[in-house]
Amino acid sequence: MSIEIQRVTKVFGGFKALDGINLTVPSGELVALLGPSGSGKTTLLRVIAGLESADEGAVLFDGEDATQRHVRERGVGFVFQHYALFKHMTVFENVAFGLRVRPRRLRPRKAEIADRVTRLLKLVQLEHLGNRRPAQLSGGQRQRVALARALAVEPKVLLLDEPFGALDARVRQELRTWLRRLHDEIHVTSVFVTHDQEEALEVADRVVVMNAGRIEQLGTPEDVFHRPANEFVMHFLGNVNVFHGRVEGGKAMFGDLYVEHPVAAGRPGAAGDEPKDAKVFIRPHEWDISAHRNGRPAMEAVVTHVNAAGPVVKLWLLSESGEPVHAELPLDHYRALELRSGQRVFLSPRQVKVFFD
Amino acid sequence: MSRAKKNNVLPGFGLTCGYTLTYLGLVVLIPLATLFLRTASLTWEQFWTTVTGDRALFAYKLTIGASMIAALVNAVFGLLTAWVLVRYRFPGRGILDALVDLPFALPTAVAGISLCALYAPGGWVGALLQRFGVQAAYAPLGIVIAMVFVSLPFVVRTVQPVLADLDQEVEEAAASLGARRWQTLRRVVFPAVLPSLLTGLALAFGRSLGEFGSIVFISGNMPGRTEIASLLILTRLEEFDYAGATAIAVVMLGLSFAMIFVINVLQAWSRRGAD
Repeated sequence: MSIEIQRVTKVFGGFKALDGINLTVPSGELVALLGPSGSGKTTLLRVIAGLESADEGAVLFDGEDATQRHVRERGVGFVFQHYALFKHMTVFENVAFGLRVRPRRLRPRKAEIADRVTRLLKLVQLEHLGNRRPAQLSGGQRQRVALARALAVEPKVLLLDEPFGALDARVRQELRTWLRRLHDEIHVTSVFVTHDQEEALEVADRVVVMNAGRIEQLGTPEDVFHRPANEFVMHFLGNVNVFHGRVEGGKAMFGDLYVEHPVAAGRPGAAGDEPKDAKVFIRPHEWDISAHRNGRPAMEAVVTHVNAAGPVVKLWLLSESGEPVHAELPLDHYRALELRSGQRVFLSPRQVKVFFD
Repeated sequence: MSRAKKNNVLPGFGLTCGYTLTYLGLVVLIPLATLFLRTASLTWEQFWTTVTGDRALFAYKLTIGASMIAALVNAVFGLLTAWVLVRYRFPGRGILDALVDLPFALPTAVAGISLCALYAPGGWVGALLQRFGVQAAYAPLGIVIAMVFVSLPFVVRTVQPVLADLDQEVEEAAASLGARRWQTLRRVVFPAVLPSLLTGLALAFGRSLGEFGSIVFISGNMPGRTEIASLLILTRLEEFDYAGATAIAVVMLGLSFAMIFVINVLQAWSRRGAD
């Protein structure tokens, strides 16, 4: 089922949590709402679910207006950040809940409920724990129970609020992969909220980057990572070095460095135009590092700290003008360069992103 | 003889345990033991006739029955009060919240006098009830009313924090799974509150059993009609029948102990798997 959000606005007290959001989630897609806390992503998810009502705007399911529909009639499965399992019920009873509370004429027979719950528990790999209570499960297992419970009512839309937020790093990684596989299996339209860019980029078909109640960018993980629409997205999707500089005559200049930055005629900073102040963004892995000047425009810097734990070596440097610079390079490059703390190196960017002030 | 010295991070077990036992002994166990000792001056036969006399039997029944009714009434309305105090924000909520504690602080004699004035046939409520042929003061109903009054805070104050801690997300989860409001209350909220409600019930029951001050004002103290067990004990004492008084006291002790025990078992059962 497709979801369409039209000009949705939500205000809490004086705080605008959602500010005219427009968004379409095509049927069967897995979409991530990514943003810092307070960006409105959870509020948007709750508006889709019907747990929160929008002050303005509409929510459409398959083209049909569902704005006034109560959460229990929306046919959504909602997975809460802290699971919200029923503590006094067993895992089995938790999963069966949605079927047991149906009006009598729609309620499946006992044997059928048992059958369906067993199948769901198998799907989330918990078939042997049906008689346990939530308190006896680990965080990852609880999250999977919550998911099975939401799936039991055969929702047309699955909504997950920070599904892995409360788990430790390894379980998170496992569940992430597992959720992606699960989605490929059952193909239910899914929206999940996260503040972890890695999680969003890895799991989702498309990523919605949100900030201050607005959508900053919507695109595939590749899109938003490599072609960020603005400064905010650039900052939010991973580490980045920022330099203040200007664009002049098709070149971006910052420090004692310049890179080609062709600008179409008529746009600010185009050739022959006035110089224009700009911010230059360089991702840590976009630096070429060499021990000697090699003719390319380069920034001189001194290595202050090295972290070589992992396949990618992290370098902290100080440029000649006193700005801290962060760089990453593959382990074999690092070994070939024989870098040490205190060493002088030359940095040239392979790729930059420029946003005007 | 060598003794393995265990280094506990929390020292002072011996001291605190000794202190606790001494204190409990002085305050609780020795008085109770005296009770049994006093009773022991009676022969079995005397004891049996004292504690199974018509007047005594009636007093037990009245005390326990009225206490049970009062505790149940408070379970219902205390739960409701706690729910309102936790879930809704309205002007005067703070005052209402403070009022709940009033029966804790109010001397029971004051409660008795005011209830009596209100429910006596000439009082505001009493006159109204009289019109429907219901007598409150100087009747068993008055005893129940007094007990309800003094034991109300117990249910409210035990249920309130549990309700406040109840994650609203759990109710939202139930709603998103298609549960109607009453289904959510019955299947999700109520089971979560039940253990604390039973605790509150036990406390209210215990408090009602022990209530004396306010009841003597409102009940009229007619033997065989509105005489509660505590009052019967007092009457026996005034007749210098110490052994008789303690015998009845021992029975009350046994009964309340049994009742509290039953409720504790219920509580353990309802709390299974909760933590």
